[in-house]
Amino acid sequence: MSFTSTVAVPQLEPAGSVPARPPKPSLPNRIARRLSGLVVQVIALAIMAMWLVPSFGLAAASLRTSADNSSSGWWTVFSRPAQLTLDNYKSLLANETILRSLWNTVLITVPSTLLVVAIGAMAAYALAWLDFPGRDLLFILVVALIVVPVQVAIIPDAKLFNALGIYGSVSAVIAFHVAFGLPFAIFLLRNFFAGIPKDLLEAARIDGGSEFTIFRRVILPIGWPAVASLAIFQFLWVWNDLLVALVFATSDNAPITYALREQMRAFSSNIDVIGPGAFVSMIVPLFVFFAFQRYFVQGVLAGSVK
Amino acid sequence: MQGRASDRLRDGRLIVLLFLGPAMVVLLALVAYPIVNTVWLSLFSSDGSQFVGLGNYNEMFTAPDTRRAILNNTIWVIVAPAVVTSIGLVCAVLTERVRLGTAFKAVLFMPMAISFLAAGVTFRLVYDENPERGVLNAVVVGAHDAFAPPSVYYGMSSRPESDLSAVDGAFLTPEVNAGTPVLIPLVGLPFERLPSDARPASAVPARGLTGTVWLDFLRGGGGTAGVIDPTETGLPGVRVSAIKEGEVIATTTTDANGRFAFPQLSSGGYRIRLDEANFTPPFAGATWLGPTLVTPSIIVAYIWIWAGFAMVLIAAGLASIPREALEAARIDGAGEWQVFRHVTVPLVRPVLIVVLVTMMINVLKIFDLVLVLAPDSSQDEANVIALEMYRVSFGGDLNFGLGSALGVLLFLLVLPAMLFNIRRLRREHT
Repeated sequence: MSFTSTVAVPQLEPAGSVPARPPKPSLPNRIARRLSGLVVQVIALAIMAMWLVPSFGLAAASLRTSADNSSSGWWTVFSRPAQLTLDNYKSLLANETILRSLWNTVLITVPSTLLVVAIGAMAAYALAWLDFPGRDLLFILVVALIVVPVQVAIIPDAKLFNALGIYGSVSAVIAFHVAFGLPFAIFLLRNFFAGIPKDLLEAARIDGGSEFTIFRRVILPIGWPAVASLAIFQFLWVWNDLLVALVFATSDNAPITYALREQMRAFSSNIDVIGPGAFVSMIVPLFVFFAFQRYFVQGVLAGSVK
Repeated sequence: MQGRASDRLRDGRLIVLLFLGPAMVVLLALVAYPIVNTVWLSLFSSDGSQFVGLGNYNEMFTAPDTRRAILNNTIWVIVAPAVVTSIGLVCAVLTERVRLGTAFKAVLFMPMAISFLAAGVTFRLVYDENPERGVLNAVVVGAHDAFAPPSVYYGMSSRPESDLSAVDGAFLTPEVNAGTPVLIPLVGLPFERLPSDARPASAVPARGLTGTVWLDFLRGGGGTAGVIDPTETGLPGVRVSAIKEGEVIATTTTDANGRFAFPQLSSGGYRIRLDEANFTPPFAGATWLGPTLVTPSIIVAYIWIWAGFAMVLIAAGLASIPREALEAARIDGAGEWQVFRHVTVPLVRPVLIVVLVTMMINVLKIFDLVLVLAPDSSQDEANVIALEMYRVSFGGDLNFGLGSALGVLLFLLVLPAMLFNIRRLRREHT
């Protein structure tokens, strides 16, 4: 049963085994191989360093006072570890704007994720297992919506939310995230649900189960890996969003990305807030990344078309 | 009996409606209808009061800001997907041969988890212009200085009343005669840059062409300009050339007291030159987020974020290549590069195309990273379509007409990708 028709489902594991070498290469050949093997290791280490240094720099900068940060580079922590301090984080915990925006991020992200998963799963079930005219066409239309840029909808949606009196509120941000999360959610879940063996559903139907029972007792338990991947993907998508928040939220209802963006107007003088703030905003995504690596990778890769 | 069948049919329809209804209502109200509405709004003036036909589209392709945004997005689409895919391919091949391949993958993939905002903050620090603070400029300056060390005396100048002339960064005296010590006073060196081996300046006994280069300035002021006052310091290590008829005859270096001597030049007139190399200013690194480099710099940050994604996708494609194909090529005597070029790449081509198309859609919509990474002073130069759409619609102007036109442009640009997705879907379902 294929997870998604878009891409194969790779995992963060060594890809296959190293191919067996042809038998007994000559000595110069073996030396050449060893050398090129060494070169490859060195290149790989250099690449890893290039990928780690920027994040490490942010972490180190967030642990230094703004005076230190403006007078010297973060790498001086190696020669003077004494300059490391938790002061920035302490004042961050006393910073009401940042705390409120972090709470807003949670208030926006959790409902957006739950709603997309719930509404998406129900629609996906209908498109996979209920018979009605125009079903395939409808599915194709939904797939077409996956790549639609939000820019082609934000102005009318802003007007609509304004007319409804929710413009600037958390609900407006949630509504927009749900709308633009659904096409991909439906696509991902429908493909997974459609792969569930028909016998299981038939058996449940013959036992007299209603469609809701089948959905709850058969589809969701079997389809939970796809649901988990989708939930993680959607969660990160919303957690990391800046554009939707900028357009639809007022600063009182704004998530952490918005609040930090405000601080960035004066980057170097606010680095003592921006550095730790950015780091705190990364903790949740990074936790998700390490804790649910497999689902995370599946979700992100399958969602690549978005 | 018939009644029950139509009941069941009605029940069936009701169930479809219950399952599908919420999604359809949301999609129609907040996605589908707004698209149509945006097309409509794009034909009207900024507040929607006046029909302007294609006026906004005309403005979009002629106004400097929007043209710049479209041009930049074109650069993005041409460069970023190709580079991300290439790096992804190289790294995917590396993961198969590297010890700790799993860690390697995790490190490269991790940036996918964080927001563009956090990545933007991260790279603001990397790109800090001051080499004392920004790690990239620190590395660049360090590498540069290793090959071309900065000189000690940069920024120094002659006294306005002196007869030294500044030529191409060097200082040149008028013609002087051997036998008379030449006094070359310079000013403008902060005391903390004075070399530690510098000693009080002193004149040289005249034996041939000789002279003194010194800092003609006293701590706390005082002293006489052009005269070696008792505590004034010589400038050691200055490269001095003697020039006759435009040709360099001899070159030497000043000692700790700032003295130089050309004993071999015993008579005649010469001009003395303090070489340019003494005064080259230190290399300050590049202004990564300044007007000229801002777009390439943001693209590099983008590559940092997405290369891991390309790598994981391509690695999955590589894993599905039959080992026999590679073995056969190796046994036939193909080198590793030939195997890569003629066997591996053609076999993963479908995956490479998926990655490229995905990156193109993604890059067309690039917004957050540009907004966060480009300082306000170079935002115009870094502008892209999605950012310009936000700026004209919500950044103060509230020009919903032009904003809608830009939205429609983005929509049209992703249409080919939409068709690509649908075609792929249909192929897989038949």
